[in-house]
Amino acid sequence: MKKALRKKMVFTVLAWLAAGLVFFPIFWMLLTGFKTEVEAVATPPSLFFRPTIENYVAVQQRADYFKFAWNSIVISLGSTLLALAFAVPAAYAMAFFPTKRTKDTLLWMLSTKMLPPVGVLVPIYLLFRDMGLLDTRLGLLIVYSLINLPIVVWMLFTFFIEVPREVLEAARMDGAKPRDELYYLLLPLSLPGIASTGLLSIILAWNEAFWSLNLTAANAAPLTAFIASFSSPEGLFWAKLSAASTMAIAPILVFGWMSQRQLVRGLTFGAVK
Amino acid sequence: MVSSIPSPDRPTARKTRRTVRTLPLKLPSVILLLVWSIVPLGMTLWFSFERYNLLNPGEKGFVWFENYHFLFTDPGLRAAILNTLLLVGWVLVITVGLGTLLAVLFDQAFFGRGIARVLIIAPFFVMPTVSALIWKNMLMHPVNGVISFLMRSVGLHVIDWFSDAPLTAIIIIVAWQWLPFALLILLTAIQSLDPERKEAARMDGAGPFAMFFFIILPHLGRAIGVVVMIETIFLLTVFAEIFVTTSGGPGFASTNLAFLIYRFALLEFDVGGASAGGVIAIVLANIVAVFLMRTIARNLEA
Repeated sequence: MKKALRKKMVFTVLAWLAAGLVFFPIFWMLLTGFKTEVEAVATPPSLFFRPTIENYVAVQQRADYFKFAWNSIVISLGSTLLALAFAVPAAYAMAFFPTKRTKDTLLWMLSTKMLPPVGVLVPIYLLFRDMGLLDTRLGLLIVYSLINLPIVVWMLFTFFIEVPREVLEAARMDGAKPRDELYYLLLPLSLPGIASTGLLSIILAWNEAFWSLNLTAANAAPLTAFIASFSSPEGLFWAKLSAASTMAIAPILVFGWMSQRQLVRGLTFGAVK
Repeated sequence: MVSSIPSPDRPTARKTRRTVRTLPLKLPSVILLLVWSIVPLGMTLWFSFERYNLLNPGEKGFVWFENYHFLFTDPGLRAAILNTLLLVGWVLVITVGLGTLLAVLFDQAFFGRGIARVLIIAPFFVMPTVSALIWKNMLMHPVNGVISFLMRSVGLHVIDWFSDAPLTAIIIIVAWQWLPFALLILLTAIQSLDPERKEAARMDGAGPFAMFFFIILPHLGRAIGVVVMIETIFLLTVFAEIFVTTSGGPGFASTNLAFLIYRFALLEFDVGGASAGGVIAIVLANIVAVFLMRTIARNLEA
């Protein structure tokens, strides 16, 4: 038994060392957000200091942080709801009324995800320019719901096929229309699955940085693009960068931790279970 | 809700699955994705054969392969393709290698496993612009960065990462972001290994190394394949990390294909050139996608 305990101790030290190293940049960012700008650049780096929240106040006052946060919220929630609205009926149809082509349709949907965004940057940019969608929240919302649609359909499909068929068939025999089936049975039964699908879609939209950097400017920029504006500032700014970054990633870190188990399913398109 | 027991001779009971009209349910999603994937793709292809610069919209016309010719003789393209491959290759080696080792480690019982796991997975949820700027400013900064401080305190020569080794710096940042992804998926795969198989191997006298090479690694084969393919698809078009750190420089030292296309498109307004680059990116991604789709299709059947 002694030997087993020693082994466990060794693993504990190793694993925590690894976790600490990997987490360090985030930890350091959290810490720096509470330093003054002078302390933030101190060498040797200061570990003990009097925490201040002045950076959090400054980020809002000088850069209007909440405007960009609101953009992020609107775009990621909106695109997720839009994607779900289209995906739920589609996934329902494919899970419960499979045809010969269902599998091919699913695979084809996934394959659209593999188109590199940069390959269609030019046409999307031009189309957006002509339609007046550049630098609008609506434009980005549409793009994100389209990028996430295949993953959302796919994940919902995997959750729906786990719902026992008999329940739905019994209702159908009682004269329930497909729509009733969907609203009163399937949605309540698979609510946890729908929730984690939505969560993944929100996470992906929140962190997306290719389209947000290329399609938005001062008006509709979400947090990814707002943080990028710190790449060429003047003067001391590390503490403010850290404070803004902390606020930008905090909600998604929590969401991510909540849904990590379901994420594997969505992120690997079911190829790893 | 179920008020009466349905008898088989009631007409509704005979309503088979086929009679429900499901096309209106599926069609909206299918049409959206069809439009989304075909229209821009067709436009990219069309533009790639056109002379088309936004600064000079009058001079528009079909030029066959001129853009491709121009692109292939551009010194930037060679550098960009090489950098793209180096970036993808190294990040894959680091994330899959370390990810496998860490997955084995995190599969063991140890104190505080839940919390340690949460901490080590965190970087995956950090938006790319934040990751890149944190590394650039607070860790890799040549004067005030933590890494520079550590290197100085052990007597090493300090590296100015983003001017001396820009691509290496970006590789480190991107690998840090994707390591949790590899770990998460490989850990899930390891945990699906039948414990009896491990027990049987242990009974047969397999040591930890034999266990790793003959039991765990073969079991992980497919999961590793999936990680490699999915990462490749995303890593081929790394953009934000370069955008906020080096802007592709110095020179073309850290320009990858995605950034080169961006440069053509939104900095030089060369629609034709950017589209030709886009076509190359699409072809590269599709080579990988074919293999990935095959794996997924095989899994759908199982």
